[in-house]
Amino acid sequence: MKKHYNIAIVGGGPAGTTAARFATSQGASVVVLEKDREIGVPVRCAEGISEDGLTKYVDINQNWIASTITDFGFISPSGKMVVFHSPTIGYILHRRLFDHALAEIAADMGAEIYTKAYVHGLRRDGSKTTLYLRHIGTETEVESDIVIAADGIESRIAHLAGFNTKLSPKDVEPCAQMQLANIDVNPNRGDFYLSNNWAPGGYVWAFPKGENTANVGLGISGKYAGNKSVLEYLKDFVAEKFPKASILTTTAGGVPVSKALDKLVGDGLMVIGDAAHQVNPLTGGGISTAMAAGKMAGSVAASAVKDKDISAKRLSEYQKQWDKTIGKDIKRLYRLKEWAINLTDTDYEDIARSLDGLTPEQVTLVKIFKQAVKKKPSLVIDVLKVFAGF
Amino acid sequence: MVIVNEKICDLCGTCVAVCPVDCIELTEFDLIIDYEICIRCNICIKMCPFAALTSETSGVEVNEKTL
Repeated sequence: MKKHYNIAIVGGGPAGTTAARFATSQGASVVVLEKDREIGVPVRCAEGISEDGLTKYVDINQNWIASTITDFGFISPSGKMVVFHSPTIGYILHRRLFDHALAEIAADMGAEIYTKAYVHGLRRDGSKTTLYLRHIGTETEVESDIVIAADGIESRIAHLAGFNTKLSPKDVEPCAQMQLANIDVNPNRGDFYLSNNWAPGGYVWAFPKGENTANVGLGISGKYAGNKSVLEYLKDFVAEKFPKASILTTTAGGVPVSKALDKLVGDGLMVIGDAAHQVNPLTGGGISTAMAAGKMAGSVAASAVKDKDISAKRLSEYQKQWDKTIGKDIKRLYRLKEWAINLTDTDYEDIARSLDGLTPEQVTLVKIFKQAVKKKPSLVIDVLKVFAGF
Repeated sequence: MVIVNEKICDLCGTCVAVCPVDCIELTEFDLIIDYEICIRCNICIKMCPFAALTSETSGVEVNEKTL
């Protein structure tokens, strides 16, 4: 590890390694510091992404595609299924391999990547920032012009730099997931189970990872957390729906379902990915948004270093790009999520019944959500904007 | 006092994200709670996906009305 880099990125997930790729491609010297022992592990993710959300940022490699999704199933509390045939395809990834691939691309371009490198302190001094870290048990420090915090929901870098990163419990979904084997799943359909008995204020997902195996997990609204852990909810669901399954992995996770941080940059500092709460708050999906932010932040950081201006004002170019693209959608999706966490099982049944008899090709997300927001017509415009074409 | 059951904790960081006083730190191998900063609000306990956090009370809890 060198003493100084133009850009130090804390966190080696899709946000961090995408930022590293775009920054090195413009000539900046970059280090990525990942606290865990391996890039991409453990996988705390349902691993789903749309084709568009993927191919905008990286060329597809079949090695890390577990399955291709053409349809989505919505299952009501009584078991009624509404199937939606998507106009675009989606993928379920092998996140371990995917994250490795993103890291390898960044490394090939010249980014230095270190694992078991835990950053626990930060000091800003004039035009430089010193990061204090433990690398495989040894205390060390590294200096950079710009720090990019891509350290996930547990982020402390932005907090150490004085940002308010507080999440209210209602804006976090505690989640648990199991990879199940020996189960009967449609390998090309992603399923969402909706009931407040299964997952209050959230949903259960069953995303196939090939034949007879799937990521089955759930998240509940933090608003309803407390009486029963999500792991208990998941155990109950699996016992009900997949009693013969073998459980290959069990993981926990927390997903920010808020609006993105108001302030994404400071002098010599940028925040991206889950650390910046850049997640679709309605679905909890965050791989694509993380890569989008990584691309924007990495590019702006590299050109700021080139111009020798790392002020918050210069770096706010990233914030401007974010606000006028994905940031705008996230605000709409947040309003929909705030409403969706209050839906009752009767509401879910009513929606399912209203779509009865439609073929998967006739069902659209606009139809589903327009039906769902009937009691709150002010949300129709948000539905039309975020689901246009779906 | 919040206690971490290390045999259950998955090191997912959900508690860190919701702690209102930032007294929890997730390192590369453990969870550290700074009890001098902790305000015993128990939000972390409610939000833990695996119920790895519990609250241990010693003595008898009292409030103004019962005094």
